[in-house]
Amino acid sequence: MTAFGIRIPAGLSLVVWAVVWEIAGRLGSSLVLPPFSEVIAAGIKLIPSEKFAEAASITLHAFFVGMAWAVAVGIPVGVLMARSKAAGRILGVWVNIFVSAPISALVPILMAVIGIGQSTVIVTVFLFAVFIIILDTQVGVQHVGRSLEEMARSFGASRAQLYGKVLLLAALPEMLAGIRLAVIRGVKGVVIGQLLVSIIGVGELFELYSRNFLMAEFWALVLMVFAFAFLMSEAVAWLERRVEYYAAAR
Amino acid sequence: MTARVVTTAGERYRPQDVIAAVRGIGKTYPGGVEALRDVHLAFPRGQLTTLLGPSGCGKTTLLKIVAGLLRPDMGEVEVNGRVVDGPGPERAFVFQDFALLPWANVLRNVAFGLELRGVARAAREETARKYIAAVGLAGFEKSYPHQLSGGMRQRVGLARALAVNADILMMDEPFSAVDEQTRRKFQEDLLELLKVERKTVIFVTHSIEEAVYLSDRIVLLSRRPGRVSRIVAPKISRDGSPDDIRRDRGYLDAVDEIWAILKQYLMEPGA
Amino acid sequence: MNTIAGSIRIARPSAWRHARAAHRAFWLFLSFAAFFGAWEIAGRIPVSLTFPTFTATAAALVGMIGSGELLNAYAITLQPLGIGLALCGVAGVGCGIAMGLSRRIEWLSLPVLVILQSAPIAAIIPLLTYVYGIGLTSKVLAVVILAAPVIVMNSYKGIRNTSPSLIEMCRSFQGTRRDEIFKIMLPYAGAMIFTGLRLGVAMGFIGIVIAELLITPTGIGDLITYHRSVADFPEMFAAIASIVMVSALTIAALGAVERRLFRHLTTVEAA
Repeated sequence: MTAFGIRIPAGLSLVVWAVVWEIAGRLGSSLVLPPFSEVIAAGIKLIPSEKFAEAASITLHAFFVGMAWAVAVGIPVGVLMARSKAAGRILGVWVNIFVSAPISALVPILMAVIGIGQSTVIVTVFLFAVFIIILDTQVGVQHVGRSLEEMARSFGASRAQLYGKVLLLAALPEMLAGIRLAVIRGVKGVVIGQLLVSIIGVGELFELYSRNFLMAEFWALVLMVFAFAFLMSEAVAWLERRVEYYAAAR
Repeated sequence: MTARVVTTAGERYRPQDVIAAVRGIGKTYPGGVEALRDVHLAFPRGQLTTLLGPSGCGKTTLLKIVAGLLRPDMGEVEVNGRVVDGPGPERAFVFQDFALLPWANVLRNVAFGLELRGVARAAREETARKYIAAVGLAGFEKSYPHQLSGGMRQRVGLARALAVNADILMMDEPFSAVDEQTRRKFQEDLLELLKVERKTVIFVTHSIEEAVYLSDRIVLLSRRPGRVSRIVAPKISRDGSPDDIRRDRGYLDAVDEIWAILKQYLMEPGA
Repeated sequence: MNTIAGSIRIARPSAWRHARAAHRAFWLFLSFAAFFGAWEIAGRIPVSLTFPTFTATAAALVGMIGSGELLNAYAITLQPLGIGLALCGVAGVGCGIAMGLSRRIEWLSLPVLVILQSAPIAAIIPLLTYVYGIGLTSKVLAVVILAAPVIVMNSYKGIRNTSPSLIEMCRSFQGTRRDEIFKIMLPYAGAMIFTGLRLGVAMGFIGIVIAELLITPTGIGDLITYHRSVADFPEMFAAIASIVMVSALTIAALGAVERRLFRHLTTVEAA
């Protein structure tokens, strides 16, 4: 956008919003919304505190373990569904159902079967993330052109070579796209899982701050979690851009 | 009476014979690419003029400037004696990628130009039907673009341009997106149609054969920055069958002449 | 299937269509049998004392439908879902279109929208309870804050990504800005807007489930938490399965409607 003839970059509108937040907070228009500066101050006080460090480490642990499992399971299943018509048809219906289903409805089941604790949260993250990875991996492998595969075969590629050197790399753009979406879902999973299980991690902190109306702390935590989700998703997007150069020429 | 002389690379026309002219056209794209420099051209009424040249010579840019879809950085465009600045009812454009409304059927697409002018529904549909038949698509009025082949879609684009009854038809590589056989048929059909419709046509192509087959005169543009380098007017007898034209002496000579000129550009660095 | 130059549409023989339908039905059956079979086995092992078999769950489901328990619960749950989606739909599409049409609004709102796409908005839901109480308002808001971002983003993209070729075509026939918006952009964006609404419905279901599990349970959430508290696990599973099924069926139905309505847009893009 240009104003007064100068190009203003897009991100700067966030500064405008921060200013609006500050003014709205100072006007005291809502008990729920303290001024932006107070939120920042609370955040700065919060980060080095022990409570936060503990919550953050529990949360990050659940997130990364759940995501690792989701990738470790999702990609092979996606490849299987793409290469085997039968597997694709049988599992396809369920993957499609669960990819847009309210997975949070399954959390009470997890709590009943697994119990209340970190494992439940990890499984929640896994379930939130795995289905989109399966779906996008399947699409990616399915769309690898026949001629690439025929070319590899014609030069005598073994099965392992076909997968490792051709198929997986050719499907990488879609797989990364799936992982990026999975990362976003994973963060939602860890937050929702912790909110429902409600005794650990940042979920517990959210509960604590809301209940005690510590709004500055609450919003500081919200901004940090939002920023984390955004940064993780951008990190994967960066990877996606690195492979973009061959995506169009496949 | 001294006739006002409109010169282009040595040609001279009487003002009343010229339907459109461009003077001193220059266009530079952001990033510094100079597409056109100091182009002066006249387009005689009722003739088919082709802009021909290697890719990047600015022929589509020039066409869009005449159509009013692009603004030149320098110079002006004159149509029917008046300077114009934007599209107008006396000019109609046929697009390379067809530009059909995918959610509308053939009848609505052909009538679209008239719809934008506010012509009443019954009247515009009647006109549309006439031109749908003229391009050979009678019976397909209710079909949708996704049900048609590329060649058929371009016929719809052509019918749409004809329906608004403009004086000048501008065609931007209209046959480049179809296969060779369809393309030949199109060229023949276009010539037939123009015998009836009597329009002025400005045509852009990169195919020498197509240019010589269709045109009354061919304007050769040089590489970036595009300038008028030569104008060739093939002397072909068009009395025989369409196939006879492709064996006519004049046709073959013109093709050779143009190829010799263009070959030089390909040899230049940056080809 | 539709690229033979200048030829007629090919009609599928109906026998072929029936064979394909039967084929699909077979695999669907196999798919369900495999899933429910595995569930049954897992329940019998048993995976856990709290994990009921498929048959027990199915029986519980039938029981709850018969007693009217399920229908009452849905009557309560679907209210905030419906209200929230209706609000979101209207406001969200409106905002998205405004963003697409105005660079100013886009500059102001796009960064926030992009962040909201990846943010775990559910974190805010507990706060809603403390501010708006435990009634309908909080639940409607939960649905709205979850569904709105995807609806706005898709509407915005639909407008912003309108084929520039079509807009140029409209201008070439002297269409006004109003013509561009109403005759080109809105129809073009229709498909993406509908997709956004479909995704919004999915998010809405997610929102209402979270709201009912986190805020005071009513409706389906109440069924789930009640049956869990009295250890009626088949009933709890049945309630959960039902909401997953209802959500899946609604989204599938919308997907089918979407494919029917927007058939014409899918293939023409590659023209």
